[in-house]
Amino acid sequence: MALDDRKSDGFTFVGTRPNRPDGLDKVTGRARFGADASAPGMLHGAILRSPHAHARILRIDTSKAEALKDVKAVVTRADFSDKVEFAPGLEGDFWNILENVMAGDKALYDGHAVAAVAATSALAARDALKLIEVEYEVLPHVTDVDKAMLMDAPVIRQGAADYSVPEGMHPNVVRKHESGHGDVEAGFAEADLVIEDHFTTEATHQGYIEPHACLATLGADGKGELWCCTQGHWIVQKTCAALLGIETANLRVTASEIGGGFGGKTTVFIEPVALALSRKANKPVKLVMSRSEVFRATGPTASASMDIKIGMKKDGTLTAAQGTFRLQGGAFPGGPADFTAMCAFAPYNLPHVRQVGYDVMTNRPKQAAYRAPGSPMAAFAVESVIDELCNQLGLDPIEVRLKNASREGTKASYGPRFQRIGLVETLEAAKAHPHYTAPLKPGQGRGISCGFWFNHGGETSVSLALSEDGSAQVMVGTPDIGGSRASMALMAAEVLGIPYENIRVTIADTATLGYNDVSHGSRVTYASGLATIKAARHAVEKLCERAAKKWGIPVDAVKWENGCAVPSGPNAGEFDPLPLADITADMGRTGGPISGHFEATPEGAGVSFATHIVDAEVDPETGKTKVVRYTVVQDAGKAIHPTYVEGQFQGGAAQGIGWALNEEYIYGADGRLQNSVFLDYRIPVASDLPMIDTVIVEVPNPGHPFGVRGVGETSICPPLAAIANAVSAAAGARMRQLPMSPPRILAALKADG
Amino acid sequence: MVEVHLWSGLRSLAGGCEVVSVEARDTGEMLRALVRAHPELQAPIDAGVSVAIDGRVIASGLTEPIPDGAEVYLMQRLRGG
Repeated sequence: MALDDRKSDGFTFVGTRPNRPDGLDKVTGRARFGADASAPGMLHGAILRSPHAHARILRIDTSKAEALKDVKAVVTRADFSDKVEFAPGLEGDFWNILENVMAGDKALYDGHAVAAVAATSALAARDALKLIEVEYEVLPHVTDVDKAMLMDAPVIRQGAADYSVPEGMHPNVVRKHESGHGDVEAGFAEADLVIEDHFTTEATHQGYIEPHACLATLGADGKGELWCCTQGHWIVQKTCAALLGIETANLRVTASEIGGGFGGKTTVFIEPVALALSRKANKPVKLVMSRSEVFRATGPTASASMDIKIGMKKDGTLTAAQGTFRLQGGAFPGGPADFTAMCAFAPYNLPHVRQVGYDVMTNRPKQAAYRAPGSPMAAFAVESVIDELCNQLGLDPIEVRLKNASREGTKASYGPRFQRIGLVETLEAAKAHPHYTAPLKPGQGRGISCGFWFNHGGETSVSLALSEDGSAQVMVGTPDIGGSRASMALMAAEVLGIPYENIRVTIADTATLGYNDVSHGSRVTYASGLATIKAARHAVEKLCERAAKKWGIPVDAVKWENGCAVPSGPNAGEFDPLPLADITADMGRTGGPISGHFEATPEGAGVSFATHIVDAEVDPETGKTKVVRYTVVQDAGKAIHPTYVEGQFQGGAAQGIGWALNEEYIYGADGRLQNSVFLDYRIPVASDLPMIDTVIVEVPNPGHPFGVRGVGETSICPPLAAIANAVSAAAGARMRQLPMSPPRILAALKADG
Repeated sequence: MVEVHLWSGLRSLAGGCEVVSVEARDTGEMLRALVRAHPELQAPIDAGVSVAIDGRVIASGLTEPIPDGAEVYLMQRLRGG
């Protein structure tokens, strides 16, 4: 039996656009999201949250709440495992998560959980919260990244800094990353023009439509069931087990249908609290966050303060680049400053480059991942300076990027040499696109930006089972946040040679499959896809064995073609093709059920690049900005289901438009979040957006059997910069601060005279 | 021998070296050998590192073979969003 390991053309199913398998469920309301679960005797949970940005908790008195007839349990930090070792640095993942889901001796941000109630109704639970007395000693706070690094800033927690932080820095600086190569000063000396500038971005939320929700049951025997809305239920299982002090295998976690995640649902917030309440009340407990709680107490992205210096020759050659990136990730270590630094200059072939990142703690909620964490803000700062260099030297922005673009063999700014990558192809496609040469109207400007992300593999396990009628079930462990069920079915169909419609893909629970890493890092179509292909090939091997046995020939004389076992050549004998369904019809009597399985940690995700073109229009009277045309060009390696790929491209651009123009966490002088609902936190709606055009570039990833690269994250890397460059061109003033809200545009216009 | 390139933030933990030569056939052996050569590298390696072998990024695997003459870089551990 011969199976080619890699396939790059001649696809039957891959690359087609069949209907999505979850479409009917979602449009009819049959799909079950986090808050759609219920259980007999179920209680409702509610969480009491700190109104202070930074305060010592002197006393919590829950007696009045507990005395209420409808209240069945109240929990505080004392109800969680005492075996989670105090480890406030990055190595103390579990301790930091525990400290975040339920405050210890201090409340560290506005919205930090301090106690929780389970009662017979949601209203009774909320009423009971009002009877919990908490005595606070309010402490000085800091929410701004630059102020948090000053020596007189309040210390959020001593001892959180790791080995990398030099002596003399404030304890709020918990990690430093430094990398690069060459001699940047020598490089700047070779340049005809050097520009140095400062940029800031605000924290933004992923803005998923579905708030966090779960239904938890944990008995006195230490066995539990958890239904929750998450990007990764095995990490929920592992983390909750540690925080509750139970064995991992005793907690079964099922992932609900998910209404968006974008990285924000890769950790736990309410799940351990619901389990603790259930254990104490001995009843199932449902916990659903309000939108305000989502903003105040889940993880937005980090905000950033950045200094960039880049040198260029008159012909557009980049001579050197240097960046300092300061990111605040809330009151815990983990802001992605290292990624910001490593991604910043990755699109360019630079002889001299140096990047430094600082991870800084402030009195804000613990940041969580948000699509390519750390990369979009870096691109904003770097690509703005490159745009300004092009403007001042009178050079075409795409030609300059092509001249300096990273290619296969280029030494990356973060160290190694690139394998086969597709940046040049995205730039060539952008240059050839009619958008790039279309005339602009008065008051409009055009911006270009490149973006880069690493992508990820991660632990993956997939099983595939054939049915007697020749249909197939695929069990994957990665929640479907971007259309992965359709993509998995297409890849399985390609290998098995049976129609897409005959394959059903299910997200298995933690008791049904081996460990699966979270749906993050743009890894699902890559890693679960690779595992699906290999599980299907495993099943095909068994199908060929059955055919060989039936025909009485060696198994290596059988090959799989178009859904049938066939003799591999004229010497194998003359037999009619044996369809899959004919083999499975008899499988119970010819050796038993036929299934395939694959598990691994694939290590070939392959980095990816994108180039975006944006036209923006600025109203000089009001400062309002409108994006009038948008084109995304991105390397997908191989688009399995092009409609979903285009959706990822458009979604990244849409979220980028919000981040660039309107979205921001606004804190008052008291350290409280001022805009914790969608009325005040302005995400783009359909009427804010133009049609977002897409171009899929396909430069196959050598690390995937069909050439797939992840597409979910890279699409949010260029928008901030591309929009800022377009708005700066339209306004005639360089925009250095996000969001570019109307007051900031007006201020820039005024400053420009 | 494998020549392992360190990111510049690690060099102060390795006697100022930009490149450390160790005997190793795979990524796990390489990381253990680095710590034997420079014990202060234990903390960053425990915090998590990825390894690039001839440009192919190994996010976490300890059993990836390192061919003779391969270009090897230590990187901050990769994560996703």
